Amino acid sequence: MDAELILIQLFSGVALGAILVITALGLSIIFGMLGVVNFAHGALFMIGAYAGLWVASLTGSFWWGLLVAPVMIGLFGMVIEWLLVRPLYGRSVDDPLLLTFGLSYVLVEAVRIVFGNDGIPFPTPLQLTGVANLGIGYFPVYRLFVIVVVAVVLLLLWLALEKTKFGLIVRAGSRDPTIMRVLGVNISRVWLLVFGVGVSLAALGGVLAGPMRTVNPEMGSLVLIEAFVVTVIGGLGSLLGSVVAGLLVGVAISMTALFAPEMGTIVMFALMALVLLVRPRGLFGKAA
Amino acid sequence: MERDMTVKSIPLTTTSSGPRKASDLATALTNWRVLLSIAALCLLPWVLPSKALAVNVLVYGVLAMGYNLLFGYTGLLSFGHAAFFGAGAYITGIAIGQFGVPWYGAVLLGIIGGGLLALAIGALSIRTRGIYFSMVTLALAQLVYHVALQASSWTGGENGLRGFTVAKIDVAGFSINFLDPVNKYYVLMVFAALALWFVSRVLNSPFGAAIEAIRENETRARTCGYDVERTKLISFVLSGLICALAGTMSALHLAFVPLDVLHYQTSGMIVMMTLLGGASSFFGPFVGALAFLLMEDVFSLWTSHWQIIVGSIFILFVLFLPKGIWGTFLARVVR
Repeated sequence: MDAELILIQLFSGVALGAILVITALGLSIIFGMLGVVNFAHGALFMIGAYAGLWVASLTGSFWWGLLVAPVMIGLFGMVIEWLLVRPLYGRSVDDPLLLTFGLSYVLVEAVRIVFGNDGIPFPTPLQLTGVANLGIGYFPVYRLFVIVVVAVVLLLLWLALEKTKFGLIVRAGSRDPTIMRVLGVNISRVWLLVFGVGVSLAALGGVLAGPMRTVNPEMGSLVLIEAFVVTVIGGLGSLLGSVVAGLLVGVAISMTALFAPEMGTIVMFALMALVLLVRPRGLFGKAA
Repeated sequence: MERDMTVKSIPLTTTSSGPRKASDLATALTNWRVLLSIAALCLLPWVLPSKALAVNVLVYGVLAMGYNLLFGYTGLLSFGHAAFFGAGAYITGIAIGQFGVPWYGAVLLGIIGGGLLALAIGALSIRTRGIYFSMVTLALAQLVYHVALQASSWTGGENGLRGFTVAKIDVAGFSINFLDPVNKYYVLMVFAALALWFVSRVLNSPFGAAIEAIRENETRARTCGYDVERTKLISFVLSGLICALAGTMSALHLAFVPLDVLHYQTSGMIVMMTLLGGASSFFGPFVGALAFLLMEDVFSLWTSHWQIIVGSIFILFVLFLPKGIWGTFLARVVR
């Protein structure tokens, strides 16, 4: 086992982790603001991949798919919030979770009806095929691209949350929505938008993950569980936590796959159990 | 006893005499709930279109009832109960098929094994608060799924576990042909009856009042001096024991354990059945299991995509009928 192989695997782990980060971040933002665990997050990730594929095949360009699909699915997410989740505010926190669970059931079946049960290959765009020499070794260009896109999106998200007036409202709203209402802020509209952004992050994750695996109706269920594990490790509602835990889980999975392939999926659960034993609120979670 | 006292000690308003006067039927239904449930289940094979469907309602009804103890009565939304159902089924199958344990020993081992697994998963997941609980139970149950998938020399991996057919059940000198569907139903009915009695007994005990107190207001229960964590953990394990019993029933019934019993879809199905029938009602889980399995049977005749219909109906229930079929019936018709 030479150092270069380990390095490449480490790099794969970071790329895999980047997808997890962006997906878990969507979950975490929605929870942090609305107190809703979106169980349909995995299904929306999967639909994002399908939408990206569909737009790409219509326009003949991957770039349109990458741009349009998250917006499309984000708007769809806003419809979900407005139509289904909104009536449940003020009821038990379990109710939105149950509802979105039912929704994931429906969405997966709907995709089966439209696109069939079988997986569809998602071709890597021509400009991003091949490998690049980074001086320390050769790395697949597409995975580099994924890491860069996720980094840019994270930066934009951070700027939007920390440096804009809207971000200020969002952060204040997650602390105390009632006071925000008293101050004359239409918090319902903020929630609608936040839900949309969270869902579009899942969809972006789906499009980015597409060329790294085949697109199939089942792809969301594993992602949902991975996103849950990441948010539990990182601390639900903590953005920094999602980033650190996402990368940690991604690297852990791909390193284990190198040394003990059959333990690949199991390791992340072991990691989660460890964190729960030592620090039940997650690495970056605030004390309740 | 404790619960009766608390109900009677609220003579605050005139409204409290209102429901009590009209609820003779409700009181009777509660007092006789075990015998009434057993009677209803005994009739089931003669009412439903097939004996196989009746056995499934029995198995999944017990499963949902065990789950309801945690979800409906303790207020903890677990998304990992497939693990205990699967553990009961796999341990029973392995004990009979690979170690030649007699059926009653295998059933006992299955229940104990499922209970121990519930103790482990419960101890970890109860450390988390609120909404984390659902996510952690789901993830830990998925861990069990992947372990079963990898341990294929024991579990048969993706092909499932086969080769442990129980052809006859010997009890007290009698030999019952277990391959006959009617016999099979009534043998499994004995297990279901024991589970019904057990759950009813738990709910009537002071412990039953304690878990409902935690569901209604955890902070208040803690302030009243209840050890909330310990109570939750006991409730989790009791719930796991019943679900493991359902697993052993399923294994005896099918003589086969598919890997899917551990999949999170199964956990989701348990949640759906419980909510459809009526969480926190005694007989609701059986109604929910019946409703779910009937819908599966009927809709899958029309389309292979029956899950889209069941999923939509479930969404409508969450939005408009959160008490479920039986819970709504009790609230609207009986009272």
